[in-house]
Amino acid sequence: MCQVGEDYGEPAPGEPTPAPRPSREQKCVKCKEAQPVVVIRAGDAFCRDCFKAFYVHKFRAMLGKNRLIFPGEKVLLAWSGGPSSSSMVWQVLEGLSQDSAKRLRFVPGVIFVDEGAAFGKSLEERSKTLAEVKPILQATGLPWHVVALEEVFSLPPSVLRCSAQEPAGSEGAYKAAVDSFLQQQHVLGAGGGPGPTQGKEQPPQPRLDPQSLASPPAAAQPEALSQLFCSVRTLTAKEELLQTLRTHLILHMARAHGYSKVMTGDSCTRLAIKLMTNLALGRGAFLAWDTGFSDERHGDVVVVRPMRDHTLKEVAFYNRLFSVPSVFTPAVDTKAPEKASIHRLMEAFILRLQTQFPSTVSTVYRTSEKLVKAPRDGPAAGDSSPCCLLCMCALDVDAADSATAFGAQTSRLSQMQSPTPLTETRTPPGPCCSPGVGRVQGCGQGACRREDPQACIEEQLCYSCRMNMKDLPSLDPLPPYILAEAQLRTQRA
Amino acid sequence: MPAPPCASCHASRAALRRPRSGQALCGACFCAAFEAEVLHTVLAGRLLPPGAVVAVGASGGKDSTVLAHVLRALTPRLGISLQLVAVDEGIGGYRDAALAAVRRQAARWELPLTVVAYEDLFGGWTMDAVARSTAGSGRSRSCCTFCGVLRRRALEEGARRVGATHIVTGHNADDMAETVLMNFLRGDAGRLARGGGLGSPGEGGALPRCRPLQFASQKEVVLYAHFRRLDYFSEECVYAPEAFRGHARDLLKRLEAARPSAVLDLVHSAERLALAPAARTPRPGACSRCGALASRALCQACALLDGLNRGRPRLAIGKGRRGLDEEAMPGTPGDPARAPTSKAVPTF
Repeated sequence: MCQVGEDYGEPAPGEPTPAPRPSREQKCVKCKEAQPVVVIRAGDAFCRDCFKAFYVHKFRAMLGKNRLIFPGEKVLLAWSGGPSSSSMVWQVLEGLSQDSAKRLRFVPGVIFVDEGAAFGKSLEERSKTLAEVKPILQATGLPWHVVALEEVFSLPPSVLRCSAQEPAGSEGAYKAAVDSFLQQQHVLGAGGGPGPTQGKEQPPQPRLDPQSLASPPAAAQPEALSQLFCSVRTLTAKEELLQTLRTHLILHMARAHGYSKVMTGDSCTRLAIKLMTNLALGRGAFLAWDTGFSDERHGDVVVVRPMRDHTLKEVAFYNRLFSVPSVFTPAVDTKAPEKASIHRLMEAFILRLQTQFPSTVSTVYRTSEKLVKAPRDGPAAGDSSPCCLLCMCALDVDAADSATAFGAQTSRLSQMQSPTPLTETRTPPGPCCSPGVGRVQGCGQGACRREDPQACIEEQLCYSCRMNMKDLPSLDPLPPYILAEAQLRTQRA
Repeated sequence: MPAPPCASCHASRAALRRPRSGQALCGACFCAAFEAEVLHTVLAGRLLPPGAVVAVGASGGKDSTVLAHVLRALTPRLGISLQLVAVDEGIGGYRDAALAAVRRQAARWELPLTVVAYEDLFGGWTMDAVARSTAGSGRSRSCCTFCGVLRRRALEEGARRVGATHIVTGHNADDMAETVLMNFLRGDAGRLARGGGLGSPGEGGALPRCRPLQFASQKEVVLYAHFRRLDYFSEECVYAPEAFRGHARDLLKRLEAARPSAVLDLVHSAERLALAPAARTPRPGACSRCGALASRALCQACALLDGLNRGRPRLAIGKGRRGLDEEAMPGTPGDPARAPTSKAVPTF
């Protein structure tokens, strides 16, 4: 009864009875010869080789179908140490080592972000984790980077600006690129180079020095970071802030080293949970960017999610059967109770519902494929609409007193903020700006600077980022690049 | 520690804290604020023009009671006239008690009341009969699917009988939030594309509908009913535990506990969803049997009743696996090709 149009417990008349549970004599459903070792979905038993073929095919098909990654392009693999991203890195490695017809043609690098300082891990614990991480990174043979999250404090404000977008390649452009690449390969000599990197401009050598970023005193930053995270009141806002900072950092590293794509290892299950979570956080307008295959809101660097067709169960089985190395790093919500944050609640809910209605995750995934990236009002918004300071999506707020959920929120909020007695229950909204569309463009009258700076930053945020900022009592612990960019936008507007 | 003074009038002691803003208000100021907000929703959304005859879907429950009470208080300001329309689905032990509450309210407020019954409108099918008919098939009965479609048809019919120009229902913010969660979990892209607005403007001859309480959270509706001492019927429908909405409701309660603004955040998300054009509903036409608004040849109400009458109640529920023959030929399934998931009568 869960899914619209689906029937549980009643086979249609004339259809055969549903497949029986796999018994000992059952063979792999694909090759029908070997003994099955794993059951995927409901009753599909695969043997080891067929499962591997199925898994790898999904990965390659996801990349090939979307045709976004051009040959010779530099791609940064965002590796968190967890099972999904480890599996993704493994798939890329395997794809690079195949014979030339099927070989993956892009040039990968790996990045690992050390987030220990955000939740107060001591230096010893962090170096222990790093000691586990580094051998795996070195074994990949790809150029790797390890960055600590506290380096956000030395990011430049240009991170928050949408760089000029590369013109979207049409079908013809992709084919032309592939053809010219193959031709080039042919010219360079049959059999190419043995190594995964085609061009020699990127030596397959170790890591980048952290001193390439402007280096302030090393000791102050981890404390500044943990101070920032301690000041956030709710776990929901912490998780969102962590994601935002991590994204900015990876974006900056990608730009600094010339990577034009970033691959993240979000699996189908995680994306379904993320979609429902973002719905509950008020990000309904941006679901297509947050959970789709490609996310091009940053302009020059595109975030790609090649694992979005693989469920967590498949990932786990694959990692176990083929011994994919992974590292457990505790996150900000490890061991947190279920009620602690929206993210945890939604995860528990979806996984629990999945046991009862096994098609929950795939239903949500299919629905997410129907979401488009256009704003609801049509293309009128276009490039001229302001972008959110933190998540860089087009602002989705309405006029302050409109008959929408946002209007309802702001009229209530204004009642809360003003301490003076209210004779009229409907006070004019906002301390410094006139209501209407102009409010969205930033309060550049100069009156803003006299008023609350927090309100000025809020003006530049989308709905969900505003809700998160409410859990931050003061904006001072934020990294300087955010505050500088906010100041710049206020002056410009 | 004694309660702080009311933040609005500073005269009386505060009696509650508004759930979302945490503001302390006394009973009278809270009710005034609530009414002001509903008025603002109606005016800003231009939902009920002056001179409208408004049919209030009255079920006897807290939402429709509060809605009727608030609208009645606002009628001089808005220039509308009210009619109560109650629907009798034929659920024994539940609807009869609720209807008694509606009759009392109509008498107290001196508003005209019309009751439309499923039994009269739909050829003898009460919800209990539908439940018995669907009970044999499968794990779940999906009574709520039938009830929802038929009720909206019945409401439309009742509104026409009293000459109404608009229909209002008491859906609150929690209902809207649950709906969007539910539609995502069930993969109902058609309803996702349609919902999230301020109601439907009434195309193809259907009456325009709206939900003035759309941005009021359920807690505030209950508090309002308490402070105004309204008499309503507060039990749950006997078939409610089987509904899928229960899962969404449970989730919403937990989300609200983790973050109080979650309800309005979900409503905001629902307003801003962007779905692919293919997922959006086709242009509405008219049902070939009853002439009501329909996106296919048969409106959903006629399709459901057709299935019930033929002894195959799940005929119109489903992706067209078994198809629905447009002519009433018993025993022969029609073509399986059918657009899934779009319903004739706009629902929320």
